[in-house]
Amino acid sequence: MGAVLVFCESDDKGVRSASLPALSAGAALAKLTGGDLAAVVIGKGVAAAAADAAKYAKRVLVYDDAKLEAPLAETWAPQLADAVKRAGASALLGTASSTGKDILPRAAALLGAGMASDITAVLAANRFKRPAYAGNAIEEIEVGGSVVVASVRQTAFPPAAAGAAGAVENVAVGAVDALGAELVALHATQKSARPDLGEAKVVVSGGRGMREGKNFAVLEELTDLLGGALGASRAACDAGMVPNDLQVGQTGRVVAPQLYIAVAISGAIQHLAGMKGSKVIVAINKNPDEPIFQVADYGLVDTWEKAIPALIAEVNKLKG
Amino acid sequence: MKILVTCKRVPNPEHKLKFGGGKIDLASASWQLNTFDEYAVETALRLTEAGKGGARSGEVVALSIGPKDVQQQLRGVLAMGADRAILVGGDDGALDAWAVARIVKAVVEREKPDLVVLGKQAVDGDSNQVGQILAGLLGWPQATFLASMRLAADGKSATVTREVDAGVEEKRVRLPAVVTVDLRIIGKKAVRAEGLAGADAEWDESPRYASLKGIMAAKKKEIKDVTLAELGVDAAPTMKVNAYEAPPQRQAGVKVASVEELVAKLHNEAKVI
Repeated sequence: MGAVLVFCESDDKGVRSASLPALSAGAALAKLTGGDLAAVVIGKGVAAAAADAAKYAKRVLVYDDAKLEAPLAETWAPQLADAVKRAGASALLGTASSTGKDILPRAAALLGAGMASDITAVLAANRFKRPAYAGNAIEEIEVGGSVVVASVRQTAFPPAAAGAAGAVENVAVGAVDALGAELVALHATQKSARPDLGEAKVVVSGGRGMREGKNFAVLEELTDLLGGALGASRAACDAGMVPNDLQVGQTGRVVAPQLYIAVAISGAIQHLAGMKGSKVIVAINKNPDEPIFQVADYGLVDTWEKAIPALIAEVNKLKG
Repeated sequence: MKILVTCKRVPNPEHKLKFGGGKIDLASASWQLNTFDEYAVETALRLTEAGKGGARSGEVVALSIGPKDVQQQLRGVLAMGADRAILVGGDDGALDAWAVARIVKAVVEREKPDLVVLGKQAVDGDSNQVGQILAGLLGWPQATFLASMRLAADGKSATVTREVDAGVEEKRVRLPAVVTVDLRIIGKKAVRAEGLAGADAEWDESPRYASLKGIMAAKKKEIKDVTLAELGVDAAPTMKVNAYEAPPQRQAGVKVASVEELVAKLHNEAKVI
């Protein structure tokens, strides 16, 4: 069996934590197939990330070039395809982040490889489980062909543990053609001290019932008290109360924290698809008939105006 | 500007799925256009308009793959304002993203559009692959998960914003290109063709409803039937679903009477705070 190659996204410090679940899914697949685990890092000035990736994989292929600074599908997908061939890989995995979702299918196209999106379990070399129909069905899928590409649902696999001492190999990057595409700017969301939604142990989400963006302040206070991340329903994002990157659901982020607190959220199918995997779900809503209560471990029928300040006070009391 | 827009029918996502023998029973499903594709149609139409109800320039061609029944969804798209439609006959339930991408590519080679607009994913399969595979196969630039799109006055490039995990990315692509749209694309001022619509042009914040006039006009518009053989495409899927199962159901828990009780339970019972 060929190697299992994992696409590692990176920042200045190293491999992005979002990629660690893909590395552990890759390790699980490599164990099943008997292949080696390899990693690929792409970008400009990514030596630190490459060294970091070597803690998880036996071999790290590095495509470090000024022309690869922007994470464009047009320029990165060919590097991934090249890395698959160079590593003799029979599988290419990456996290189903916005970058992974953009680039991996294009790499699959260049490789002529079948692709499984958003896998939640590895069953065999080419068999996986994945959710479909907004999480209301679990598919067991089989991908044909000699190379398999898969994007990995971040919350379905644990972060990989460092421990390997892999070899870093810088690949001479050939001609790079962006096909007339260019990254103009990245308007990053205001950096906060909060953990990323996909990795937070606690997520506090607000819905349409919050009515206005300024009302989220009280949720932010609760979020910070619990050391969690702030989320929102599609309805709240669509109404412009909060930025869209807070959206939890089928079309937003998928989260699976230890504790998910849904505040003034009705529980539409597409929202449930993004948070049903949470360990403990708390629903706070003034309407006892909302569907959110059907998935909640603990339901409190109350308005957020009354419940959230009381909850903050009670948690403070607990923390002494 | 000629725009090809893909339109997939999906079972009504509000209906509960019926499982049996490892399959999903869709015999009694009610079908509708995939929401993201509806947004793609709206996007394509706006790119040919001077503003809401304004003059039009360019052509929007809707493409679907499936049995004859899909004519119903395509008529709806024609009633929204698309100029004509192509229906590639086939078993839509048996196709995977690769097969769809190959079929769309064959139609692109025949129709030679300047732009292909797709929904970012179908809400049944949730694969989110077709646009990216298509762009890869065509060797065209791609812009996925669009929140907004501005077509340059010369029609040679588009500047878009994309919803990404870290915020919003602004990207420029040369045409012809493949784009896939996300929810924000239906914002009042999210989409416009600079040569056609002024900066103050705006539309309703939703995909348009078909007007009575539109519905009447749609009856006279062409839905061209095309076979896979005519396109010369091998629609064999690369990926197959061996089995479907219902996800583990969460049991509804308990209702607590007070915030104090809630915190006590989260601390002592669930041990999460």
